[in-house]
Amino acid sequence: MEDVYVHGLEWTVKELFTYPNEFIYWSIQIVMYPLMTGLVAGAFVLSSLYHVFGQKDLKDMAKFSLVFSFALLIAAPMPLMFHLQHPLRGVEVFFTPHFTSAISAFGIVFFTYSMIVASEIWFVYRKYFVEQALALKGKEGLRNAVMRCIYRALTLGAYDISEKALEKDEKVIKVLAGVGIPVACFLHGYAGFIFGSVKANALWMTPLMPVIFIMSAIVSGIALCMLTYIVIMEWKKFRIKTSRRPWEVTAEEVGGVEIDLVRKTSKYLIGFMIAAFTLELLDLVFRGYTAVKSWDILRSVIYGKDFTNIFILQYGLGNILPFILLLLPRASIRRTVLALCLVLFGVFMMRWNVVIGGQAFSLTFAGYMHYNIPILPHNIETFKEGVLGALLIGIMPFGLFWVFNRVVPSLKYK
Amino acid sequence: MTDRREFLKTLLRGTLLAATSAGVIKFMKPSEVRAQIEQSNVRWGFLVDTYKCVGCGFCVKACKLENEVPYDVPVTRTWVERYVILKDGRVLADTPMGARDGFISAEVQETIVKPDEITKAFFVPKLCNQCDKPPCVQVCPVGATYQRADGVVLVDRSWCIGCGYCIMACPYGVRFFHPVYRTAEKCTFCIHRLVKGMKTACVDACPFGARQVGNLKDINDPVTKVILTERVGVLKDEYGTKPQVYYLGLDETVR
Repeated sequence: MEDVYVHGLEWTVKELFTYPNEFIYWSIQIVMYPLMTGLVAGAFVLSSLYHVFGQKDLKDMAKFSLVFSFALLIAAPMPLMFHLQHPLRGVEVFFTPHFTSAISAFGIVFFTYSMIVASEIWFVYRKYFVEQALALKGKEGLRNAVMRCIYRALTLGAYDISEKALEKDEKVIKVLAGVGIPVACFLHGYAGFIFGSVKANALWMTPLMPVIFIMSAIVSGIALCMLTYIVIMEWKKFRIKTSRRPWEVTAEEVGGVEIDLVRKTSKYLIGFMIAAFTLELLDLVFRGYTAVKSWDILRSVIYGKDFTNIFILQYGLGNILPFILLLLPRASIRRTVLALCLVLFGVFMMRWNVVIGGQAFSLTFAGYMHYNIPILPHNIETFKEGVLGALLIGIMPFGLFWVFNRVVPSLKYK
Repeated sequence: MTDRREFLKTLLRGTLLAATSAGVIKFMKPSEVRAQIEQSNVRWGFLVDTYKCVGCGFCVKACKLENEVPYDVPVTRTWVERYVILKDGRVLADTPMGARDGFISAEVQETIVKPDEITKAFFVPKLCNQCDKPPCVQVCPVGATYQRADGVVLVDRSWCIGCGYCIMACPYGVRFFHPVYRTAEKCTFCIHRLVKGMKTACVDACPFGARQVGNLKDINDPVTKVILTERVGVLKDEYGTKPQVYYLGLDETVR
């Protein structure tokens, strides 16, 4: 007897009248996917605010968020690999892209974007690579030899770090960052398009979807960058305080830089939060006002079954509360951390309410489906599409960033 | 010995040349190629006479056995729905196990329905509509699902990556993941039988002639004749998919 497995049967609870083949086919990993690409786009836009628009106050944040965005970028396709029933065939998207499909753009957009981010990082750190390669020359020890090899490879043979050459680099960085913004928005906008263009799904189908996705992407990206930055800075302060060696800076100085930068960045965060929230409300109001055929079932989902998820968790805890916390004067690090965590939670809930909420009602408009997320896995499917799989995906970019940061230190605070 | 600048120049020239010559070659879709080779004079269509359906479920049984969809799972390529409209205006509908075993209980949606409460009741067989504008084909990212010249939409099990986008895109809910192959699965109008001059398994299994398959391009085909001369309906035409399964006696309550 062959292995028989009905995808979705384990975690879908059906209610009233649904078609026999309907299940929650797109589960937690499809919630994670737009969340991750959103973070990528957001982190990149944040770094571009400095490089392109010359927001000097974001200089320190720019380097960090650029490298972090690259770590996120590598992790972004992983949810898809967990989601695909045939993950090893995923590369077919690059081999035989079927261009009438929104997903087929993935290969092109993803690689274009990776290239832009990678080359921007290269230009930003070129001088550093050369300096390191030269400084490590002749030093003893295996570690130094390995690092020298890495840095020598990273210079790509370009050792010219004269002032003229560096000036040129600056110009290239500006262009790359400028081109990167629309590409980053496209990367995430098309993730919104994947949902917005499904005409069979009454909740997803709206031309606003890509725009809503981009706005919430930037919100989540900025929030995550700020949060990671704070955690790293706090760690640094802790180490300065506890170590006996004299440091170049005092903990107070680091703290001063930190709170200053956090307050400045949160202004941009608030701006994008307003845009995201307004668009989502517009969508909701418009659906209620036009009240087409699907509205009866949508209303019962939005104001009934998913009320807690949408209005309490997403809008209340995830939008309004952090908005107030950030707007109140004299923001402290502690309060900002709380607000940022809530913002990230709100964006996660937004993705959840779109992806899972969109499958909460049947195509019959006369039945419902409920998603019971698998917590303790008992087979590979319930691991991949359960809490543990999602957590693994969530941790991945931080691990990658730790590795990258060994080579391209992005956290110099001076 | 060429220096780097010159090497890059040559590389650029070569790339441009390759790109322009590739532009001269016309890329064709598989369907376009086929259209140029052979103009199909067959367009398979389906006719369901809901007045004749009694909900026995033989069609579902036959389909599962013919097309090797595991028997004891809820997913199925074709199914039959029961609609019970009560005098108080309520519409109840169900399809237990896709009606594989027929309808053997008076319980609909956890309500025991008494005969005198019913104002009308009927059965509606469902299967893939083999749409003229199939949204499932449109959204497949790798081109693993495609439409034949005779209108039938198929899935290439060796190429499907299992993303489920086509399942999401189908407004009729006819697609699912095959429980063994784990690729997108759907009704094929039993194309392997049609090309041999046979009928589909469900048509052959129906004891009452409620299901019929025919060539819509042949005006002498009995199915085409009915569609041309009688009042038929299709499901969910608001999605612009141009479905090719026609129903006689389609009620407005049918989802």
